[in-house]
Amino acid sequence: MSLTGIFLIVFLVVHCYVNAQIFYFDGGVRFLEAAHFMGTNLLIRTTEIGLFAFLILHMVQGLSLAFKNRSRRSQKYAVSAGSATSPWYSRSMALLGTLILLFLVLHLYKFWGPNRLNQLTTGEELNLYTAMKEEFQMAWVVAVYFLGCFSLAWHLVHGFYSAFQTLGFGNSRYKGMIKSVGIGFSIVVPIIFFMMPLAFFMHWL
Amino acid sequence: MQHYNMNLNLKVWRQKNSKTSGAFETFKVSNISSEMSFLEMFDVLNEQLVAEGKEPVAFDHDCREGICGMCSMHINGRAHGPWSKNTTCQLHMREYKDGDTIVVEPWRADAFPVIKDLVVDRSSFDRIIQAGGYISVNTGNAQDANALPIEKQQADDAFAAAACIGCGACVAACPNASAMLFVSAKVSHLALLPQGDPERKTRAFNMVNQMDAEGFGSCTNIGACEAECPKGISLENIARLNREYVGSMLSGSAVEGLQQ
Repeated sequence: MSLTGIFLIVFLVVHCYVNAQIFYFDGGVRFLEAAHFMGTNLLIRTTEIGLFAFLILHMVQGLSLAFKNRSRRSQKYAVSAGSATSPWYSRSMALLGTLILLFLVLHLYKFWGPNRLNQLTTGEELNLYTAMKEEFQMAWVVAVYFLGCFSLAWHLVHGFYSAFQTLGFGNSRYKGMIKSVGIGFSIVVPIIFFMMPLAFFMHWL
Repeated sequence: MQHYNMNLNLKVWRQKNSKTSGAFETFKVSNISSEMSFLEMFDVLNEQLVAEGKEPVAFDHDCREGICGMCSMHINGRAHGPWSKNTTCQLHMREYKDGDTIVVEPWRADAFPVIKDLVVDRSSFDRIIQAGGYISVNTGNAQDANALPIEKQQADDAFAAAACIGCGACVAACPNASAMLFVSAKVSHLALLPQGDPERKTRAFNMVNQMDAEGFGSCTNIGACEAECPKGISLENIARLNREYVGSMLSGSAVEGLQQ
């Protein structure tokens, strides 16, 4: 879980950096250059296969872990501690992950799928900037993106710290630093992501 | 603080044995002093039940000083009750007021089957210890304390981990019913001291294997165990266990140990 999780965190950084190019307010010139590089570079495209493999591994491991753990207490407590002993998001990783997956289905269907299909059939990439501009006029799409980013943020608050704890970095020297960097990351990255649909929807771009 | 007496409603889990399914039974106890411990309140209840010719409620207890790790009640959703770094025997009735309803359940985990009422079988912990939580060298008589220099911080961390009384509150509190905090404390206090070093490579591996075989859940770093531990065992021990486990896996000796 931790290794695939950290790989996905690295992916988020790259994805966020490339897509944030739209905020140069240059009509998408820089963004399209970067998107072209990402869409055609052999190394990136090979890593993309790894990304999907890791994503699927992360989901399969995560869900089987959640189901296995749930089965370890056949007789449930009549009264449970709830949030008195642990934060809700740390107990809801499978739910948050599933919400992110639902968002991902829409996200890939809207952008990644059509683009790769076009590349396969015509060899040409789609103009993803105009595609974003069109898609993000629909309020329900923006709402699903909000839900996706919101779930991602809470998933990361626990996931970032948890990944390093599992790898054994959770000692007194690093724990505070990992927790603070994790919380900062969980706030900044989802906000930058959500600024994209919001910016198009509000006609800032 | 003023002493006071109270009348309480108790919802207590009753179960004949591990084969049968249990149910809650409601009792009323009166004139409970705020100065009593939670277990003394149960003594009052049981005397009342004996006088009425009924079966008393079975519960685990031994030292009643908060050091042995025998008491094990899940009180209103909290392992060892609502006080932090505290055992059930040291929970006092001043926490409650007249007319309160208290729900008392046994530790719930498939690896801790109910023996009777509130008593659960924690021998899975013993089997984890038997899998590696010991040192095989004959240490002889206690030697001079300064003959074996150990860094102060190291000694303090080992002591803090050794404070684990094996009560199982970590398992009871964990939403996954995982025993990682217990295992990590037992691995840590030996891993931090030179006496534990010779068997270090196989210890973490064998103990984690036994933990999985007993049917405990897997750790997802939720941290409810640390919050409920009466001895304040830190999650840092789990990070150390993970490091020890990886070290155990990387060196061939763990696998050799399995083959023996």
